[in-house]
This record gives sequence, C-alpha cells and structure tokens, in this order.
Amino acid sequence: MISFQAVTKIFPPNILALENVSFEIKPKEFVSIAGKSGAGKTTLLRILLAEEKPTKGRIFFDGQDLSKIEPARLPQLRRKIGAVFQDYKLLPSKTAYENIAYVMEVIGATEEEIARDVTQVLEIVGLEGRAKNFPAELSAGERQRAAIARALIHRPDVILADEPTGNLDPYNALDIIRLLLKIHELGTTVILATHNKEIINSLGKRVITLEEGRVIRDEEKGRFVF
Amino acid sequence: MVTLIKRIFKSGWLSFSRDGGLAAATCLIMLIPILLITSLFLLKDVGQFLISTIQEKADISVYFKEGAPEEDILKVKEEVSEIPEVKSVKYVSKEEALESFVQRHKDDPVLMESLEEVGGNPFLAALNIRSFEASQYQAVANFFETGIFENLIEKIDYYQRKSVIDRIFALTSGMGKTGISLSIVLAIVAILVAFNTIRLAILNQKEEIKIQRLVGASNWFIRGPFLVQGAISGIFATIICLLIFTLICWFLSPKIEILFSGLNIWKYFTSNFFTIILLQLVTGIGLGVISSTIAIRKYLKV
Repeated sequence: MISFQAVTKIFPPNILALENVSFEIKPKEFVSIAGKSGAGKTTLLRILLAEEKPTKGRIFFDGQDLSKIEPARLPQLRRKIGAVFQDYKLLPSKTAYENIAYVMEVIGATEEEIARDVTQVLEIVGLEGRAKNFPAELSAGERQRAAIARALIHRPDVILADEPTGNLDPYNALDIIRLLLKIHELGTTVILATHNKEIINSLGKRVITLEEGRVIRDEEKGRFVF
Repeated sequence: MVTLIKRIFKSGWLSFSRDGGLAAATCLIMLIPILLITSLFLLKDVGQFLISTIQEKADISVYFKEGAPEEDILKVKEEVSEIPEVKSVKYVSKEEALESFVQRHKDDPVLMESLEEVGGNPFLAALNIRSFEASQYQAVANFFETGIFENLIEKIDYYQRKSVIDRIFALTSGMGKTGISLSIVLAIVAILVAFNTIRLAILNQKEEIKIQRLVGASNWFIRGPFLVQGAISGIFATIICLLIFTLICWFLSPKIEILFSGLNIWKYFTSNFFTIILLQLVTGIGLGVISSTIAIRKYLKV
C-alpha cells in the first residue's frame, strides 16, 4: 500500500532530514514511527501527505508515485488520507461540527450524509455536546478528538497521526490512542509518529525507529529502544 | 456542481459575518475607491458643464457696415454656417442689438442718457460666431478678411478678444487634462490601498488555507469563499457609498444650483441612478474578487 524506496530529504542549505529510508506498509497495518525530536518522523509524514517532495528516492501510495505527483492531483490523494497533527490544525473560524463536516463537503457528500455521519462520528469521539463550539472553546483533549473525528469521517484508507498526544495529559493521551486503535480495528491503516515510550510499548505493534533521518530498526511487535 | 456553488456561497457568507471587525474594515477601505470613482463620474459631468459654460462665453462678432442689406448679411450667415469649424452663427440685427442694449442697461441712467444724445440707432448689424476650438477663430476671421464680403464688413471683433479667448480655451483644456491625470492617480492609489487591505486579511488566514489544502480541498473550494467574501464586502461598500451620495446630492443640489445656474446635481444623480449603481457594483465586486484572487494565489501552492 505504501512504499518508501531509498528516500532522502535535504532541506536547504544542507540539513539532512531523511537518509536512504526504505520500508513498506501493508493495508490495515498499525505502524508506529518512533524516534527523538528531529529524527525525521514529521518529515516522513509530510512527504506522505505530499507537503514535501523527496530530494532523492520514490514513495508509492496505492501505486501512485508521490515524488512525481502533479499539484492538481493533490486533493484526490489527500482525500484518501486522514491526518491528525500535534497542533490539531482545526479551522478556527468553524465550529467542531463544521470542521468535521468540511471534509465531507470537500468530497461532495450530500447534506443528509453529512448530518448523519458527523453526528455519528461526534458520538464516537465523545464530542456530541460540543458540536457547536469553536476550537478556541474546546480543551486540548477535545480539540484532538475533534481532529481525529475529522480525520476519519470520510473513511480514508490511511490515518497519519503526527505526535497526536504531544500536547495532552496522560488521560487524554490514552483516550486518543484508544480511538486510533478502534479506528484500526475497523480496518484502517494507521501510521502513528511519536516519541512517547509508554504509548509505543503498550501498543505491541510494528515499530519503525528513526535516528538522525535513518531507519535504525523495523520490528513487528517492536518496543521503544534507544 | 450546484451543491458546490451553494456551499462556497454559504461558507463565504459565514466567514464574512463571523469576522465582523475585519469585514467592516475591508468594507470601509473598499468604500474609498468606490466613493472616488462615483465622484469622478459625477464631477465629469459638472466639469463638462463648467467647461462648456465658460467656452460658451467665447465668440467673435462680425459687424456689418451701416446700410448693408439684410439679405446680403443672411447670405453671409448661410455661407459661414457651412464652414466646418463653425459651431453656430447668430444674426443680430440693428434693432435687436439696440433692444438688447436697452434691456441690459435700462437701470443705468447715464448710459440711457448717452444713447438718447447720440440719437437714432447707433448699433450695427452683426453675426456672432462660435467655433468648436479657439484655434479655429483665426480661420474664421481670415474668411471674412479675404473673402468677397470684405466690402460689407465694418469690423471683426476678434483681435481685441483673442487673448481672452485663448486663455479661456487653455484654461478649460488644462482643467480637463489635470482632472483626468489626478483622477487616474487617485484611482490607482485607492485601488492599491483596497488591494493591500484584502491581501492582509487573507494573509491572516494563511494557516487556514494550508489546513484546507491538507484535508483535500480543491483550489476552487478554498478560493471560492474568499471571492464571495470579497464580493460581499464590495456590495456592502456600494450600499454605504450609495447612501452617502444620495444624502450629499440631496442636500447640496439646491446650493450648487445657486452657484451654477442650470446645474442640477440631484437630477443628474437620479437620472443616472442605475448607471451609478452598476458602476459602484462593478468597482466594488471587481476590486474584491480580483484582489482576493491575486492575494490567495500564492497560498494555494501547499
């Protein structure tokens, strides 16, 4: 489903973010990308979202070469991906409901489908009472749950979560991880980038460990080891 | 497609109505170019009126010798009318000249007494000739001096007036040129101010545009609401501008008419009401939409 083939990314003037990274992710896998801050986790996810192009190497997503993707095809690619960010990236001028509905509007869903699915997903993430609140009126945990709801509303093939628990207390962090596991159980591929040792060790799933932009370990049922 | 357009309009309206402060600021800034363009539209007519009023005052008179037969004078009039440079020719007979003098100076006993002392009718029949441009008066004067009518003519009142006529035409043509240059400069300044305000408003939403791109929104789905917002700002600015001009024209029209008789701003405003609305809407919406399109372009490359 996803294939990184000798991917290197150098930011100007000469900052090596990824070096010769290669791995494959199969459909319905749950993969954690582990590593210290600056190891290249976020760059890797940004390349997968086609926010950045690799300096060298190729990335395939569902057979499509992302290193050569045309700007006009970006919306189609991103509609197959649900992204969750450490800083939530919710639209500040829209309510929680509207933030989630926005993705449905983007893909051209009908008003009935939007009303039905958004209500349902708000219940799943436990935000049914906060639908009309703007992001600024939500707590950090609630914002991240709204972001997850937005990421899964259109049933994407893959969910990318970049440090989704980075700004959360342990209770909220646990809630978010449970939600991601639930989404995975329902058949969605999940790629979780984190430097949280407890989370990775508690998952018991595949772990790709990055260090200074290189893959130093790729283990099924891996653990956080440095 | 219909759903998409409906969503774009709804989203544009929501953003406009929720961001009250910014929306009000944008409307007020856009008001400046619309006010300016409407002023230019109205002033163009006022200017034309003033210029033509001043130009009307410039003419040359050709006086005919005492006893020149009226039919000959009318023949001359006919021939002069055929000169392409001549705008109008008016024949003033001896009697009309006297009557006009008496009418004008009936309250001036000194002049009236002088007229009585002279006795009879001392005035000469004349043709008052107006041309389209000041430079053409010389050609008209030449026509009389070198033409076959020379023996009929007593004098041509051109050389005495030449400097005044030239000055009037230079002044009015200068007014027109200055007005056009000043208008263009002001319009450019106002458009740049409005454009930069919209650009700053969109810069403020740079992060939001990036997020929309990341969740898979197409460029049109992102751009659309901004264009709608720009258009709504233009419409509101037009409404405010229209109200301001209605009040100004309503209150100032009688006062202006006292200063320049025959110039009725209110009448001109009402008879051109729909043209003015159209002009304002085109300016407002055009400026809003074009500025938004240009400003948003660089943020859509994420």
